[in-house]
Amino acid sequence: MTDPAALSAVRFRGVSRHFGATRAVDGVDLDIAPGAFFAMLGPSGSGKTTCLRLIAGFEQPDAGSIEIFGAPMTGVPPYRRSVNTVFQDYALFPHMTVGANVAYGPMVRGVPRAEREARARELLALVALSGFEDRRPAQLSGGQRQRVALARALINEPKVLLLDEPLGALDLKLREQMQVELKSLQRRLGITFVFVTHDQSEALSMADRIAVFNEGRIVQVGAPDEVYERPQTRFVADFVGGSNVVEPDAAERLGLPRGLYSLRPEKIRLGEIGFAGTVETTLYQGAQRRVVVAVGSDRLAVVAPAERGPLPVGSAVRLFVPPGAAHRMEG
Amino acid sequence: MAALPIDGRDGALRRLSDRLVARPRLLVALFLAPPLLWLGVVYLGSLVALLAQSFFSIDEFSGLIVREWTLKTYGELFRPANLDIIGRTVTMAALVTLVGAVIAFPIAYYAARYARGRTKALFYLAVMLPLWSSYLVRVYAWKLILAREGILAWATERTGTTPLLDAWLALPVVGGPSLSISYTGTFLVFLYLWLPFMILPIQAALERVPGSLLEASADLGARPGQTLRKVILPLALPGVVAGSIFTFALTLGDYITPQIVGSSTLYIGQAVYTLQGTAGNIPLAAAFSVVPIAIMVGYLAVAKRMGAFDAL
Repeated sequence: MTDPAALSAVRFRGVSRHFGATRAVDGVDLDIAPGAFFAMLGPSGSGKTTCLRLIAGFEQPDAGSIEIFGAPMTGVPPYRRSVNTVFQDYALFPHMTVGANVAYGPMVRGVPRAEREARARELLALVALSGFEDRRPAQLSGGQRQRVALARALINEPKVLLLDEPLGALDLKLREQMQVELKSLQRRLGITFVFVTHDQSEALSMADRIAVFNEGRIVQVGAPDEVYERPQTRFVADFVGGSNVVEPDAAERLGLPRGLYSLRPEKIRLGEIGFAGTVETTLYQGAQRRVVVAVGSDRLAVVAPAERGPLPVGSAVRLFVPPGAAHRMEG
Repeated sequence: MAALPIDGRDGALRRLSDRLVARPRLLVALFLAPPLLWLGVVYLGSLVALLAQSFFSIDEFSGLIVREWTLKTYGELFRPANLDIIGRTVTMAALVTLVGAVIAFPIAYYAARYARGRTKALFYLAVMLPLWSSYLVRVYAWKLILAREGILAWATERTGTTPLLDAWLALPVVGGPSLSISYTGTFLVFLYLWLPFMILPIQAALERVPGSLLEASADLGARPGQTLRKVILPLALPGVVAGSIFTFALTLGDYITPQIVGSSTLYIGQAVYTLQGTAGNIPLAAAFSVVPIAIMVGYLAVAKRMGAFDAL
């Protein structure tokens, strides 16, 4: 947890947002440190996007308070917040050129034409789209549109940049490239980035802090390795990286003290010693194989390096759980 | 079950459908042929015939049509009496369109952005319901509403606002002996009649504007008024243009409403009606009907230049 005395870029205290009977956000406390690359991770309907919209001001909380750099945001409309958003569908204005889209922020603030056009050119250069000023959004590829949306959101020099599933619409190669670019952009600008994603690998690789959402609440906040290695709940263990959740009974059978454990598939070793089991399913993933092994009545997912050779269904294997591989969870 | 072959039936219809599936172009041609024939031959044909007629003239003594190419008939349009008719009709159509757009926009905006489920169904019903009853019945109903002894006069009397109504009626041009015998009356009825044709296209255009665009605009610092001017209106413009084409063209061509409610002055529609009927002056009637076409072409050209169709 961050030092409560330090000024948070974004601070939620007991924030709730209900839609009819649905508690989209249910009593959330949240502190995002200035300059952080913060990920809100969770399945769809977990409240992460609503939290983002609460920060942007598109939604107002039904209960609780939100502060941005110490300033209370109650009743402050989106156009008076120093926060900008990169929308999931990019939301580029189809009737304007790329240049006009990027210059929109300064334009509505009354910045003279020459000045805002020069500024738009700077921002387009920043996202490597120099010379695209006169194109229409419809003439751009998905990756280019995303860069335009990024440039447009950055032109007002926001204190916090919000990104709603920013890479969701891009193909894998472009997504990986944009992950690197976003990360380095954030480091260069020093702006607090808050991004929403349902992709745990994206959150792990980009963020320096992750909040895991489930059913309108934050279930765990921490650094990526912390969330990955030491999940606090069954949900986090399962959602972040598909860990084995070992129930108390099964734990005893594996020789662990009775309790609920998270056991990462890559920590289990297939070898000559350990528990005897049978391969139930096997999934080839290039560098590795993901195998489900039945040990008695228990099922464990195991990741084996591909060079270990094929593991046909039904073959007998032995599982070794190194000491300390299992992480005990609260519940 | 297993004994049934996959192609159990082998009728002529089946063979036809197989052939059509294999040749999508033929299918499209079959679908398009009737409307294209209708548009190309019947509609465009009559339009050309009409245009041709307008370049003939009438012999003023015999009343017979002289089939020689001349611009004489178009010259007649510029007589003061005829210019008067054109000016009156165009002004009326423009006012109905303008005021119609101003009234329709908030209604369409509400329907597109806020109405959901049952409210939306109610909206459609409310907009379309008047179209279910006869046009003539509605116009006559308005005559009764607006008449000297009508419900409106009664209401002003009961609310003590009769002086207001009288003051309006005492105004030059828009006034008259009663609302049902004034330009104001004609205007109100036109406005009522064509409003659905303005609301629906605007609503359809607004419906296509993603909510995220409005949020993006606010996010970037635009106040609601700026979002309206810079994002909503430009994107709704094709709808407004479509709606204004409807209302403008419908008002330009109407010859019944001004006959029932109004100050018994002529509009283009009535002029065409009289000229081709009792007067037997087909060339002038044709020339008159070219006026709305010319105006619409000019209007569309201006709208296109203003970028009304860029977002299509």
